[in-house]
Amino acid sequence: MSTQREQRSDLVATRSRLPKRELTLFVALLVAVLGVYAAMGTAYSTRMLVEAACYAILALGLTIQWGYAGQFNAGVMGFVALGGFSAMFFSVPVNEAFWSSELPGELGLGLLYLALAILAVFATSRLDRLGVPRKLRTLITIALAVVLYLVVMSELRVVTEEIHSRVDFIGGLGLPAWTGWIVGGALAGGIGYFIGKVCLGLRSDYLAIATLGIAEIIKAFLKNSEWLTRGTATVSPLPWPTPGPAEVGFTLARALYLSLTAVLIAAIFFLLHRAYHAPWGRMIRAIRDNETSAAAMGKDINRRRLEIFVLGCILMGIGGGVLGSFNSLFDPQGYLPLNHTFLVLVMVILGGPGNNLGTIFGAVAVYIIWIMSEPLALFLMHSAVDIGQAMFGWDAPGNLDSRALQARVFVIGLLITLVLRFAPKGLLPEKVKHHD
Amino acid sequence: MNELVFFINNVVIAGSVSGSIYAIGAVGVTLVFSIMRFAHFAHADMMTFGAFMVLLLTTLFPTAGSAVGLPTAVVMLPLAMALTAALAVGIDRSFYKPLRAHGVKPIVMVIGSLGVTLMLQGLIRLFAGTSGQSLYVDDRKEIFRLALPFEGARAPIVITEPQIILFVLTIAAVVGLHVFLTRSRLGKAMRAMSDNPDLAQASGINTNLIVAVTWVIAGGLAAIAGTLLSLDVTFKPDLSFFILLPIFAAAIVGGVGHPFGAIAGGFMVGFAETLAVFNWSVLLRPFGDSLPEWLAQSGNLAFVGTEYKIVVPFFILVAILVWRPTGIFKGKVI
Repeated sequence: MSTQREQRSDLVATRSRLPKRELTLFVALLVAVLGVYAAMGTAYSTRMLVEAACYAILALGLTIQWGYAGQFNAGVMGFVALGGFSAMFFSVPVNEAFWSSELPGELGLGLLYLALAILAVFATSRLDRLGVPRKLRTLITIALAVVLYLVVMSELRVVTEEIHSRVDFIGGLGLPAWTGWIVGGALAGGIGYFIGKVCLGLRSDYLAIATLGIAEIIKAFLKNSEWLTRGTATVSPLPWPTPGPAEVGFTLARALYLSLTAVLIAAIFFLLHRAYHAPWGRMIRAIRDNETSAAAMGKDINRRRLEIFVLGCILMGIGGGVLGSFNSLFDPQGYLPLNHTFLVLVMVILGGPGNNLGTIFGAVAVYIIWIMSEPLALFLMHSAVDIGQAMFGWDAPGNLDSRALQARVFVIGLLITLVLRFAPKGLLPEKVKHHD
Repeated sequence: MNELVFFINNVVIAGSVSGSIYAIGAVGVTLVFSIMRFAHFAHADMMTFGAFMVLLLTTLFPTAGSAVGLPTAVVMLPLAMALTAALAVGIDRSFYKPLRAHGVKPIVMVIGSLGVTLMLQGLIRLFAGTSGQSLYVDDRKEIFRLALPFEGARAPIVITEPQIILFVLTIAAVVGLHVFLTRSRLGKAMRAMSDNPDLAQASGINTNLIVAVTWVIAGGLAAIAGTLLSLDVTFKPDLSFFILLPIFAAAIVGGVGHPFGAIAGGFMVGFAETLAVFNWSVLLRPFGDSLPEWLAQSGNLAFVGTEYKIVVPFFILVAILVWRPTGIFKGKVI
């Protein structure tokens, strides 16, 4: 027994009293934050911290999917956008012009038709229980689905166009922002359930492809549903659950929001920590590390996978809601794969997948680098242009600023490949605990 | 009759065009999948890279095409294919090979390829900007209008020069690939490796060479697909994920690891897309009198608006994953 433990000492978490690695990294992070405060002023830096905190929630969502369970979600952006939409829909003031017209009734009727159509298609898909041959049932179901889809969609299209042209958009519900965050989490979890149900039993690559697709679809839907979201016209301002800048000033308002997100992160962190060390967490890791043996122990692999995937999506939806409310602007086009998927991915794999503390460290550290890289990229590009003009008389093209920002795409990509190659476990690796 | 011509222009021709492009792209994805067992997310940006190389070469030598009688872009295509193939091999050597040597799971390779795709995207947009550009720098896009010899057919069938080149090149690529995979020693070795890599290695096949050859073919095909796509419309540096989803859907529909399945899948996805955004009420117009009123009244009977085009490949993907995850031709890799 003892020899065995000696052999595995490299795997066992060191039980030193002082976690040196964590301390060093977090002190370095604190110094960096203080540096930003000194250089950029309080209001700006607090905004950066709040955004970093929102990203930390997203990163926690991804770390349980990728770190705990080894599922790769390439569509974080879609779940973030859903959360942002939900925060917008619930918190924006009620649009009286819409509710006082006859349009809500028409929209409700359209949605009722939709529900009935879904019910009818579902019922026909069960026809084989009444003795109808399966092939015939499939044929009938598909034909009915196509016809009903066309009918209901043309019906809904009329109503939604009417809404958009007469009252702009349906407005919000005027409820506190946190209701939107919760519903955003639920919406994201629902979409996650659907995707997970389809993909989780198959090759792990398929999940990445499907999530990538659903993210673009969600974005396309939010962008083109003008009646619901005003589309490219954007909705602002979104009310905050805490006192806004108009009442208490920028710095204090942002600091209040920051404390709210900090409480949220602390709660999520605590719950995840408990879950990770609970039998459930051990089971999830067992499935990740050796699927066959976990299945042989009688664990329901696909069900656990689905659980963890949905849980991660819920966290992403909540994080997206918090981020959306803080930005105080709902702009479907502002959701970009780079900012909302790959940045989160870098945070997780750099910080340490499966290690919650490492993930939070990664989120804040990467976000600071990300924010600071924008002026840096512009500065480097402008100096390059100056040098080029002085030395060779180079005539620079006009859209240099947007191109300089594209350089950050390259850096993020390079960071992903380098981390995967040289530090696959991240800066704060997951601690594998062995029990006697 | 005019409605039929409209249908041919908007569905048959447009569907074959996007189908060919998806097919060529999906063949590359499926080859990489069958040899290296991971979904190569950087394929779409390799396509963009190939098209960008063509754009660069065309801008450098704008008159090369008129000497041969083809658009300059097409003349420059072999050179761009070689460059893209070199890029693909280089990417493999510097990024994927170390990961393979560590024996990582396929999904880590997927993340690595996402990193590569971002790097390519960043570089291309840094140099090419983000707006679309035409590949016809110096010469003009020829448009052929074929009038139909029927009574009452006033609208002609419209087909452009790049579309004809596209069909010719697609057929050439498919035939060439078929000959390569079934007749040549390397192609047979490749198929052996996709069936069983360990057995292939044990029987003396140089797997490193096969991997390199796979990347050369994938890169070359990606350059063709990207260039043809850019010739048909314009060169867009920011297409990446929008072209990636149909290509993956095509590869999975055709059965992953099955090159000819990928071609079928590509055409299937291409036609499904054009059929879904086609406005069917146009075809119903001649029968307007005999139809029920609600059907004749509706002016727009498209399944999805063009802004939701990306839903179609996704829907196909989900349907095939639910219904038959191995693809219609029973791919080898699940």
